Amino acid sequence: MSEYLSSLDGDAASVGVVEKKFFTFAAPPHCLVLESGARFGPITLAYETCGTLAPQGDNAILILHALTGDSHVAGTYSATDPKPGWWEIMVGPGKGIDTDRYFVICANVLGGCMGSTGPSSLNPATGEPYGLDFPVVTIGDMVEAQKALLDHLGISRLLAVIGGSMGGMQVLEWCVRFPERVAAAVPLATTPRHSALAIAFNEVARQSIMADPNWNQGNYYGGKKPDLGLAVARMIGHVTYLSDEAMRRKFGRQLQDRSTFSFNFDADFQVESYLRYQGTKFVERFDANSFLYLTKAADYFDLADRGGGSLAAAFAKARARFLVVSFTSDWLYPTARSRKMVQAMKKSGLDVSFCEIEAEWGHDAFLLPSPRLSELIRGFLDRVWREEHGAGRGEGEHAF
Amino acid sequence: MRFDLQIIASWIEPGARVLDLGCGEGNLLYYLKETKGVRGTGIETREDKVAQCIASGLSVLQGDLNTEVADYPDQAFDYVILSQTLQQVYEPAVLIAELLRVGRRVIVSFPNFGHWRNRLQLLVSGRAPVSEHLPYEWYDTPNIRVITIRDFKRFAVGMGIRVLKEVAINTHHHKEQGHIVHFLANLRGTYGIFLIGSGGARREKGFGGGWRHGS
Repeated sequence: MSEYLSSLDGDAASVGVVEKKFFTFAAPPHCLVLESGARFGPITLAYETCGTLAPQGDNAILILHALTGDSHVAGTYSATDPKPGWWEIMVGPGKGIDTDRYFVICANVLGGCMGSTGPSSLNPATGEPYGLDFPVVTIGDMVEAQKALLDHLGISRLLAVIGGSMGGMQVLEWCVRFPERVAAAVPLATTPRHSALAIAFNEVARQSIMADPNWNQGNYYGGKKPDLGLAVARMIGHVTYLSDEAMRRKFGRQLQDRSTFSFNFDADFQVESYLRYQGTKFVERFDANSFLYLTKAADYFDLADRGGGSLAAAFAKARARFLVVSFTSDWLYPTARSRKMVQAMKKSGLDVSFCEIEAEWGHDAFLLPSPRLSELIRGFLDRVWREEHGAGRGEGEHAF
Repeated sequence: MRFDLQIIASWIEPGARVLDLGCGEGNLLYYLKETKGVRGTGIETREDKVAQCIASGLSVLQGDLNTEVADYPDQAFDYVILSQTLQQVYEPAVLIAELLRVGRRVIVSFPNFGHWRNRLQLLVSGRAPVSEHLPYEWYDTPNIRVITIRDFKRFAVGMGIRVLKEVAINTHHHKEQGHIVHFLANLRGTYGIFLIGSGGARREKGFGGGWRHGS
């Protein structure tokens, strides 16, 4: 989704040059036991950090990326690299997540294809890419892997976990899986579980990949890739990230580089051309099998499972202060889903703030520049920081 | 801070758990947090005000107070505050019962329609009163309930609500200065503020049971 931000805002401060690092763990026989019961390892996580970890290690913020994101949250890979990280607008000196104050960590998820172990990684047992031999992973498994990374970095407690969409699911999972390790949480534009509608869109996207003859049961790494299937999957996803209003305003029924219909199946409309472009661009950077695995993980996620079917019981395990944010035009994870979460948090006695931001851009609004979102996150983090460092240490406190 | 909010703040002890309904920009909550270390939560409908509150470090939820209150467990708060909002509530009896469920104590303040200026305006001009405290015309007012201090006391009796404290104040709309009215409160007070709790003697009959009307 980072295609929205193709260049740095001229006068905005940046974290500057960052480096992608790698951490490998769970080498056999110390495999990670996945939620499916499978034992898996070794696991490598690609991660990046910005800012400086305080000597007490108490200023760390873990940012969790969405479906197609990666560890490159902010900054650039070199002084001449024109493309900043996917949340450059939010993460940096003096920004909503101020790297002058906080130490920011972002890792590519388990199952991804941006440096962390996933279906495109080499299976050490065979020397070939895993393909479909890669085990099905869950949001919980991703969080377990992130926890191992934090242990490695010597961070016992996070000041905050922050993420949108599938990243928001990981935020929620963190709060109930490791409650004592999270002081505050910011789930953005997310849901405690997928609706049938969201699963349906994911399934159509997966089918388009699997229907591509090049997919070849996931064994395509030596030859032609299922680019067509993946591009269509991206087009479907992209539609769900926008909104009726956003598409009407951005494209309407305008034609692309022509004044009349072609009377064939070229991209007549601007919206067609845009989606084709997004699809083509996406296949350059994303692995089709990863898309299958990650969408499956998102579909499987149901936070209520952590509370025996009750969302309130699940949140009763959490100890974090929450800031929940939704966006008015997000129909993929609509405000009603966030309200359900907030309701359950209130029932469980959690300290929660909630804001629905007026935004016309649909689900992707959380990635777009929003002074309001920056202001919310900055203020919330500042308060958590003060409470954690001040007299009234609110740890574990049900602060109504 | 508004004078009525100063009175309300003075009733709340340090460290209390407070729910402020219709908290606006969070002035009261912020004051209570800074000076009394209360653990406060606000409910507010407007996004810009909610954002302002959260940005200043308060816990605030965007939503309608009537529905938001329902999610809290019994006695989740020491104080629930409904300041200058009761006159805009569609079902006041239902809401107040709900507030007394989630809060040990409830503080309610409202503009007193029984103030002599209102009475005089109606008497002399024959028109619905428009004043500094009730600055709307009949067709655009959000104040769908016309309440006097006396009415609220009657209401409390009928609902079986205990009135623990009551104060009438004379203050200008949104002003910081004002004074407490001790004499002829329903005539001279521009606002009424009540601290209520459950457990008063509930009257058998409902409302309209022929209570005496007076000044």
